[in-house]
Amino acid sequence: MTLDWTAFTPMSAALGGALIGLGSAMLLLLTGRVAGVSGILGGLLGLDRRDMPWRAAFLLGLLVTPLLFAWAHRTPTIVVEAAPMTLIVAGFLVGIGTRYGAGCTSGHGICGLSRLSPRSFVATLCFMAAGFVTVLIVRHVLGGGA
Amino acid sequence: MSALLALAAGLVFASGLIVSGMVNPAKVLGFLDVAGRWDPSLAVVMLASLPVAGAAFALARRRGATLLGAPLHLPSARDIDAPLVLGSLTFGVGWGLAGLCPAPALLVLGSGRMEGLLFVAAMLAGMLVHRLVERLRLSTRAPGAAHS
Repeated sequence: MTLDWTAFTPMSAALGGALIGLGSAMLLLLTGRVAGVSGILGGLLGLDRRDMPWRAAFLLGLLVTPLLFAWAHRTPTIVVEAAPMTLIVAGFLVGIGTRYGAGCTSGHGICGLSRLSPRSFVATLCFMAAGFVTVLIVRHVLGGGA
Repeated sequence: MSALLALAAGLVFASGLIVSGMVNPAKVLGFLDVAGRWDPSLAVVMLASLPVAGAAFALARRRGATLLGAPLHLPSARDIDAPLVLGSLTFGVGWGLAGLCPAPALLVLGSGRMEGLLFVAAMLAGMLVHRLVERLRLSTRAPGAAHS
């Protein structure tokens, strides 16, 4: 393992992480809901009408924020290396996996860990491990190193 | 009212994803690539988020309600079972393939990129498949055997 000091951005990572935590805290303390994005999105497919407005509103917040940043001349850097077919396979796996696993990086990784849930601890270990192994295989076994 | 508050929470949450760089799949893959040139930023993001979210959960638990006195909806599941493990592993494979998880994917879609549309459409398809399979499983199960 070599640390990529040019890519490592500890200050903005810490500030951004605190903001992610604050957004989760706001959703919990103001609406009583856990900020698990896969669960909020998956719940929209359930068509339970009473439950719709807060879910749609939170997701709308996620969708419009990049536009607000762009208007403020802070267009976020987004580099997608995956090919279209890879994106489709990856999206499908993320969709079905997060529903069976009952959470994703936000629900298990941030909210779950912060409330010391053993289930979320196991889930986070599993998706982290699978992510590490997948990138290892794609970049270093199949791709011959990048 | 709760929709407006949820919108505000979504804006702050998404701002954090942008400020931290986690909206960028290439940066996320830099974290997952432990055998290459490793970028530990994602670990810092998670560590920084935990005390803030943790304080909110502790406060909510002590009050037993939201700041406005509304009920809390916290996850009730306790079992560490096969769906949790296999589902999370499956999610991790998809995450590693594209560098995208659900929240950043929605931001990539929101910034008007085709990649976001492809990924989110496939993700919704995966969620729908889960829903249909589980509905089928429940409806074929004997009524007496149903449990939560």
